[in-house]
Amino acid sequence: MTRKDQNFYLGLLVPATAVLLLFIAAPIVHSIFLSFHRIIIGLPQLKTPFVGLDNYRELLNDPVARHSFWITIIFVGTTTFFELLIGILLALLIHHSFPGRGALRACVLIPWAIPTVVSAQMWRFLFNDAYGVINYVIFGANTSQYIPWLALPSTALLSIVAADIWKTSSFAALLILAGLQVIPEELYQAAKVDGAVVWQRFLHITWPLIRPALLVALLFRTIDAFRVFDLAFVMTQGGPADATNVLQLYGYKKMFVEGWMGYGSAISVCIFIMVMVLAIAYVRMVGRRLLEASV
Amino acid sequence: MMKGFLKKFLFIIGVFLAAGFSLAPFLWFVLSAFKDQTQITAIPPQWLPSFSMESFSSAVTRYGIIHYLLNSAIVAGSATVVTITLGTVAGYALARLPRRWAQIILMGILACAMFPQIAIVGPIWRFLRFMGWLNTYQGLIFPYVALTLPLAVWILALFFREMPEELEAAALVDGCTRLGSLVRVIVPLSAPGLFTAAILSFIYAWNEFFLALLIMTDPARQTMPVGIALFQGEHTIPWGEIAAASFITTAPLIFMVLLFQRRIVTGLSAGAIKG
Amino acid sequence: MASLQLKGISKRFGDVVALSNINLSIDDGEFCVLLGPSGCGKSTLLQIVAGLTSQDEGSVLVNNQPIDHLSPRDRDVAMVFQSYALYPHMTVAQNLGFGLRMRGIHKDMIWKRITEAANLLGIHDLLKRRPRELSGGQRQRVAMGRALVRRPQLFLLDEPLSNLDAMLRINVRLELMRLHKQIQGTILYVTHDQVEAMTLGDKVVIMRDGSIHQIDRPETIYDRPADTFVASFIGSPAMNLFQGNLIRAKRGFIFQSADFLLNIQDIPPHFAGNTVEIGIRPEDIEIAHGPENALRSKVEIISNVGSEKYIHTRIGSATLTARARKEETFVPGETISLGINPSKLHIFYNGKRM
Repeated sequence: MTRKDQNFYLGLLVPATAVLLLFIAAPIVHSIFLSFHRIIIGLPQLKTPFVGLDNYRELLNDPVARHSFWITIIFVGTTTFFELLIGILLALLIHHSFPGRGALRACVLIPWAIPTVVSAQMWRFLFNDAYGVINYVIFGANTSQYIPWLALPSTALLSIVAADIWKTSSFAALLILAGLQVIPEELYQAAKVDGAVVWQRFLHITWPLIRPALLVALLFRTIDAFRVFDLAFVMTQGGPADATNVLQLYGYKKMFVEGWMGYGSAISVCIFIMVMVLAIAYVRMVGRRLLEASV
Repeated sequence: MMKGFLKKFLFIIGVFLAAGFSLAPFLWFVLSAFKDQTQITAIPPQWLPSFSMESFSSAVTRYGIIHYLLNSAIVAGSATVVTITLGTVAGYALARLPRRWAQIILMGILACAMFPQIAIVGPIWRFLRFMGWLNTYQGLIFPYVALTLPLAVWILALFFREMPEELEAAALVDGCTRLGSLVRVIVPLSAPGLFTAAILSFIYAWNEFFLALLIMTDPARQTMPVGIALFQGEHTIPWGEIAAASFITTAPLIFMVLLFQRRIVTGLSAGAIKG
Repeated sequence: MASLQLKGISKRFGDVVALSNINLSIDDGEFCVLLGPSGCGKSTLLQIVAGLTSQDEGSVLVNNQPIDHLSPRDRDVAMVFQSYALYPHMTVAQNLGFGLRMRGIHKDMIWKRITEAANLLGIHDLLKRRPRELSGGQRQRVAMGRALVRRPQLFLLDEPLSNLDAMLRINVRLELMRLHKQIQGTILYVTHDQVEAMTLGDKVVIMRDGSIHQIDRPETIYDRPADTFVASFIGSPAMNLFQGNLIRAKRGFIFQSADFLLNIQDIPPHFAGNTVEIGIRPEDIEIAHGPENALRSKVEIISNVGSEKYIHTRIGSATLTARARKEETFVPGETISLGINPSKLHIFYNGKRM
């Protein structure tokens, strides 16, 4: 292509790039900058002195932060595992569904389309300790036995995990479904003629060939799980006793509720680094796998 | 032959379980919008609603659901329009530039979608406060454009890559400039891709909470998600109104999903297969 | 090896009739080709024999035993797909051995059979590669190898050569003939290419729109096509076909079309006054000499294929294609004499051969 054409295309990229730079890249850099300062919103007279790595040092010694980190890890681990598992089952179900595939797919899409805050309120309702239907299903009409799911430290995280699994399994299912649909039907026919039974066909054909889609689903899910906020905010506000105080919620509290913008920025930078490391690791893996699996 | 029947039977059970898993919780919740207060908190649960509309009227008059809806519509709608405009030209450019450059740039754009919101919301908030844009529509629209651009660009870039370059060549030979061929030939033909990107962007902007919570603190400007999250009753949790609000806010989304599910699935999975 | 019988096979997809009352018998070791245009149902038939689709009516018998209730796995057939359907994530060796692994055959035996097939097909060097690293011809051979190692009763091949370029196709065709001689397998082969059918098949089945038009040896199909479809389908360039009336004449009959008259013999007397179609192949037309039926026609287009020429001529509203030797020269627009030998005519009444 000519120089002129190239410049034309590059020119087309400018507006979008500008927005992204201004509202995403620059803020990130600025966050890093802020994390090296001590800033308290609402107390401008204290100025904003440069404090170097103080915020980070404080962070490392902060027991709430460490607890928050582990809570988030547990959340990421459990939700991702179950969502992929359920996602595979749903994807297989939809893939082999005929007729009714469209209807099933629409059903499965609905949890994804609902705003997270709505689903959070919904699960608050379902987990309610006085009239929630989940308690009813387990304990019947015997209300004295009902568990206050969202008020007990031991069950609060479980509730959030359940809410997330409900909402996001369908997303995982769709990504995996895409991978399933790319596998040519003829491969299964060849395998049938070659003598493979159902579980053999899954093990030797389906599983190896959906691995790339699985990895992509894994990548997106893990990163999104690290960023969980809406559910914790609406369902438990991080409680009880910090049992669901996930990282972004903790950062939000520190930055906007308590006003420690510098410290909060340090938290956000840490989350950012963790997510980036994950992303790079995955992209490396997925890149290689994609190459191997493509025909 | 028994084996065949058993397989079919298990399969049908699986389908019902899956549909139930996806729909039952939500249906149960939304049903509360049509019950009166005593029915909602009753144990044993009242499976059939009394079809009272008091929650809806209360939600509208007492909690002002309508204006939340309006705010959401304005913000999400405008953000989508801007995203599609910027995203289409960017996606097209990436589809036509040499592969290596395009891949690097796309990776960079994808990276932007992965950043934790908290890492950007602080500086954005300060910037908006500086510009006097807190609690304004544009204060939320611009960040939303930034948040929805990555996916939109990705989908559109993949879409345009599938389009044969002969179309532009024909337009050029017929006398168009490059920009002209883009506007007159490519864009009209790219309706499906645009549509998909628009739906996904709209859904994202409509459902977004974190930024909306922080940027819009004035209830007059708040969007639906914030309204629903912050629903406060005087003594008890106003489940009926919350359910009514949820129903109102989700109805358009469900409508879109049912109508456009094929497009949505294609758009979401475009990243999966080619990405 | 085995014999294959298809009795009364019918299959519908919704309103569309894919196969209608198919009856076919293939002997042990025979190479049978299903030939027909796209959509004639030949691939569907293959799938039914493999057990991948089930028929609505009729029965499939192998060695005189019905196998309709058996799954593909238990039918002991091997199939080569048009797109090869090689497992992309496995090496060539793993692809070849997959079927044997699924049946629990011992590792050493698997390796033995793989090397045997690989040597037979000349793909021994490729065993460690993956399908995406192979050329089209190599992939095709791996697909055939996968069928060979299984040593099945029956080989099913679904247009295996159609994705290869012209040169390669000819070479692989010859290899297939050689292979067949060597292993003497019973083969059911599907194609839309008549050259493949005529050169490979012991027996050719012409199909169209779900029915069989003719089953015969290739030469018979060529020399005595059963109906006008077969007549026009086989032979390149196609047979010249004309419609017209039969009129009684002093000796025998006269064929009268809108554009010309021909003397015809060997017609039962009661056929006078009927509409028939006659056919003559381009190579059976004599040019510029004057036998019994000489037609004056105008040269329109000359196709020079190198080894010979085909001249396309026009008589009135009819076009007639004739074959000429490459040395002969013609000028577009000139009028030439075409001689038609009555004994070379094919006569069809109601579409079928008389």
